[in-house]
Amino acid sequence: MQAQERLVFDRPKVLADIPTHYCPGCQHGVAHRLAAELIDEMKLAEKTICVTSIGCSVFLYNYLLVDSVEAPHGRAPATATGVKRSRPDKFVLTYQGDGDLASIGMAEIIHCANRGERVSVIFVNNTVYGMTGGQMAPTTLIGQKTTTCPAGRSREHEGMPIRMAELIAQLGGTAYSARAALNTVKNIRSAKKAMKKAFEVQTKGLGFGFVELLATCPTNWRLDPVKANERVAGEMIPYFPLGVFRDQTAPAKGPAEVEK
Amino acid sequence: MTRKSPEKIFIKGNEAIARGAIAAGCKCFFGYPITPQNDIPEYMSQALVEAGGEFVQAESEVASANMLLGAGACGIRAMTSSSSPGISLMQEAISYMAGSEIPAVIVNMNRGGPGLGDIGPSQGDYFQSTRGGGHGDYRTLVLAPASCQEAYDLIIKAFDLAFKYRNPVLILGDAILGNMKEAVSPWKPAPVDPAEAADWRLEGAKGRGPRLHKSLYLHEGELAGQNKRLQEKYLAMQAETDFELYRTEDADLVVCAYGSIARIAKSAVRKLRKEGLKVGLFRPVNLYPFPSGPLAELAGQGKRFLTIEHNLGQMVEDVRLSVRGLADSEQFSVYPGNLPLPDDFEEPIKKALAGK
Repeated sequence: MQAQERLVFDRPKVLADIPTHYCPGCQHGVAHRLAAELIDEMKLAEKTICVTSIGCSVFLYNYLLVDSVEAPHGRAPATATGVKRSRPDKFVLTYQGDGDLASIGMAEIIHCANRGERVSVIFVNNTVYGMTGGQMAPTTLIGQKTTTCPAGRSREHEGMPIRMAELIAQLGGTAYSARAALNTVKNIRSAKKAMKKAFEVQTKGLGFGFVELLATCPTNWRLDPVKANERVAGEMIPYFPLGVFRDQTAPAKGPAEVEK
Repeated sequence: MTRKSPEKIFIKGNEAIARGAIAAGCKCFFGYPITPQNDIPEYMSQALVEAGGEFVQAESEVASANMLLGAGACGIRAMTSSSSPGISLMQEAISYMAGSEIPAVIVNMNRGGPGLGDIGPSQGDYFQSTRGGGHGDYRTLVLAPASCQEAYDLIIKAFDLAFKYRNPVLILGDAILGNMKEAVSPWKPAPVDPAEAADWRLEGAKGRGPRLHKSLYLHEGELAGQNKRLQEKYLAMQAETDFELYRTEDADLVVCAYGSIARIAKSAVRKLRKEGLKVGLFRPVNLYPFPSGPLAELAGQGKRFLTIEHNLGQMVEDVRLSVRGLADSEQFSVYPGNLPLPDDFEEPIKKALAGK
């Protein structure tokens, strides 16, 4: 029997074998693992420079065993630009949350995408500021209560939540922009495919790669992990539709490609 | 190792800085337009690219400073230039670079403030430059050229110092220095060692463990340890003092001034010397670390001091700290917005000399 044993599942080599600091039911760990699997599968570990951001994922560098630099809050796309322009032969990855990328770092992400920087961005959207304790994010849904919109977000007072994957898809330098979710096995598999594309547009020199990942924050949503996961399907996906909004590796189709 | 070129070119201070940076092996320039330093990015957008480097016009000074952080983390010689309001926007990244020990060269062609101020010369950013400028406890090396040649020389030195100490280095000029033309010898320093930063630069974890540049230290004792290391580095930097003395040997009064204002003050000192007045000039070239020792030595000889600045009185605090217990310093301000002539300094110098 021993000769027939076959390893079908293992920890990716670049994923550190240590417990994370994430709360139960948080999906940052899933996103980290997908990134680690792709870095291994695409043999990128020895040429990766990761730019980490500020928020719950600030400790990404403890879990992903690649060269890393910590950027100030929201500035990862600018720092990544500096890394890539000085070392164009390297694979440059950033990982940002919704407060970091879509609020304080909005200018940096838009211009990084528009310049078509050859970098890959993983954007984790959980509709709330996690690390600081559950304040309103630019992606907080209408009606969602947070510690800084205790009556629930309203269109009149706080404005509408921002759909980043669609926004990024409009920019000339973007080679790939998609939204995926981490709430089901099927969606996790799609998320990995989308992330792979976002990595490939960089390795092939096509342009800027962007993947938005809808994820849970049970602690700050005041939900248990199961209910939090249900919220992704029931409330988030209806407002943040899953899909590919720009893909320069695919034949032209649909309104996202009109600009061509 | 360093050889002055016999050739002389007639260029603006801004261009001297750009040319000096390329000679120093600068590979990346990140910047955003602002007067009075636009000649630097404009020159770099062509010349640096022709020299095989990268030029990026960033969306803001916030972004250009963070691009600098990224390039510096890779051990690449990179720079940005701006003027006062833009330098304010860069303070976040400068603090992170100091905390993460990432080298960078930042040029500030100081203009009038506060706020939007004007586009003329000023020394209003002395405190911001020499006290760290951003949040937290840190220092940047600050070099203040007073001529176009010195601008060329000091930008080359700035890159060497940035990598020697793994720390941001500021060049503090002003609208006068940036926009006046002088003859410059564009000498070439030795080429950058390809192994520069080889023991810490990010380039992919090949055949070694991952490297990390960060400024976050949460575990008990970690941040205190990092601050202690930084403090030791700043103490080591104190060796980097550079200054000019002009006719101080027999002077009763020493005028202290830096940058363009020191040039103007020197003219006034020269003129008053012809009238037989015993006055001299002390010009710090490094503003941080401030050359306190040489000033204290002059104070020990019983000399009096007058600090002349193009601000409301900032460097005078460093002069007073340097000579404390031995002497004091009078202070004369040229308000930012006004342009001084050598004649404007004669009366305050005479008054200080007379002890009035």
